[in-house]
Amino acid sequence: MSVLVFVEGLSGEIKKSSLEAATYGSRVAQQLGTSATAVAIGEVHEDALAKLGEQGISKVLYDGDSRLNQFVANAYVKVIASAAAQEGAKVLVFSNSNIGAAIGAKLAVRLNGSLATNVTTLPNMEGGSFVVTRGVFSGKAFADVALTADLKIIAIKKNSIDITAGSGTAAVESFSADLADADFAGAPKETVMQETDGVLLPEASIVVSGGRGMKGPENWHLIEDLARVLGAATACSKPVSDMDWRPHHEHVGQTGITVSPDLYIAIGISGAIQHLAGVNSSKVIAVINKDPEAPFFKAADYGIVGDAFEVVPKLIEAAKALDK
Amino acid sequence: MKILVCISNVPDTTAKINFTADNKAFDKNGVQFVINPWDEYALARAIELKEAKGGTVTVLNVGEADTEPNIRKALAIGADDAIRVNAFPKDSFFVAQQIAAVAKENQYDIILMGKESIDYNGSQVHSMVGELLGIPSVVPAFKLDLVDDSTARLEREIEGGKEIVEVKLPFVASAQQPMSEPRIPNMRGIMTARTKPLKAVEPVAADVKADYVGYSKPEKKSGVKMIAPENAGELITLLRNEAKVL
Repeated sequence: MSVLVFVEGLSGEIKKSSLEAATYGSRVAQQLGTSATAVAIGEVHEDALAKLGEQGISKVLYDGDSRLNQFVANAYVKVIASAAAQEGAKVLVFSNSNIGAAIGAKLAVRLNGSLATNVTTLPNMEGGSFVVTRGVFSGKAFADVALTADLKIIAIKKNSIDITAGSGTAAVESFSADLADADFAGAPKETVMQETDGVLLPEASIVVSGGRGMKGPENWHLIEDLARVLGAATACSKPVSDMDWRPHHEHVGQTGITVSPDLYIAIGISGAIQHLAGVNSSKVIAVINKDPEAPFFKAADYGIVGDAFEVVPKLIEAAKALDK
Repeated sequence: MKILVCISNVPDTTAKINFTADNKAFDKNGVQFVINPWDEYALARAIELKEAKGGTVTVLNVGEADTEPNIRKALAIGADDAIRVNAFPKDSFFVAQQIAAVAKENQYDIILMGKESIDYNGSQVHSMVGELLGIPSVVPAFKLDLVDDSTARLEREIEGGKEIVEVKLPFVASAQQPMSEPRIPNMRGIMTARTKPLKAVEPVAADVKADYVGYSKPEKKSGVKMIAPENAGELITLLRNEAKVL
């Protein structure tokens, strides 16, 4: 009767979103009066795994089979299902990443569990129920969902829980699910990582985003410079990616990436309802736009009515002056 | 080549979202419903593949009779026939089981749908269908091509990059930009859609494991604090000292 958290690695380190999942899992374990175990797969440094103790994880099951360095859904599902069986897990926790949501769904079928993705709160366990709140209608609302199966599977929305920075070391145990070659059918032929000197958009705490008001891709250095000095990821609105000024994977909005950073800075974006749907769960929104009637100002916490080409250099200058 | 495209009937992207007075259900009053935008990428790509390689595109929706206008729209865009599983889509597991039941009966080569629906944002159904049918699911994919009659090559998004995957048919994939350019029905399509077969079938017995018990809306923002453009740098100070996000 424990809680099992799946943590994802990236270049040997643990993803920020997985530290959030570990924190979440530990808190659920506390609620249930049990302990939280993590399961990690593939290329992750052991000292990074041991540090999960800081998020309240007591034990990490680590399957370092090199065939798992690439994501293969069936193999990952088998390892996690086998870890869940060993631990007698009643709650499985994932980050709501592309990987987490996919394997959560497969595990829900295989282990006959209830699944909620995009979860934003700890469970409410009053009266023996198990209710979590999840974002729905592209951030325009929340739904409370009662998970009714014995096994509950939760994928938590990125940036919806503050990472616990406690102390402690998790015991790292090697783990093997006896994978056969057949479990690796459908393995990717090739993995291509984006060349980025900055922060990955889906993981970012701060996002600097540009719209048509930037007038052309040749002006994007302003967005990039501000992002660099703030340690932020860059993003864009749909028209900008449709016009190929920026790649599609930077498009934020209802049919692009949904982000919920601590800070979203929108520059030259008017704030169409489809764009707002992708960003409105950001904790703080700052909007810079020439048009005082831009609808984005209604959703913003801070606003500047002004020309991006005059305002952004001032922001870069002020951000450089901050002592980090 | 038999392709199944699963479409969801969702509130228009610009719709105001409201709930019934007891906050127990979505209030459909005055809301226009559309084909889930992500599913439109799947539908458009399926039609492109059919045009290039031959075969059929079947559209599937799990929904009550009021979803038929959007099923007809999918037929007008170019699907050949449609199946409506006559049931309210209670949760993703319920929907996945209905899709799997239809798929088992008809043996499709490719099953496509959007990466998520813009109403419940679950991103679950495609992977569940793959698991229920014991076939690969490639999610979320932004590129899909056929290598030959039995193999497809897909590119899927991972955080920070992409993976290139080759799978044997049959498989499930979910679609996202820029897999295709969604299509708008033309007059000829609209006319022919009326005569294309749309079959309603009853649902199979299926479990529901997520019970939606209530809804709420985010708290309204307290209002925007405006900063004069000539003092733009002050924004950075406020974000650090007041909002504490820097």
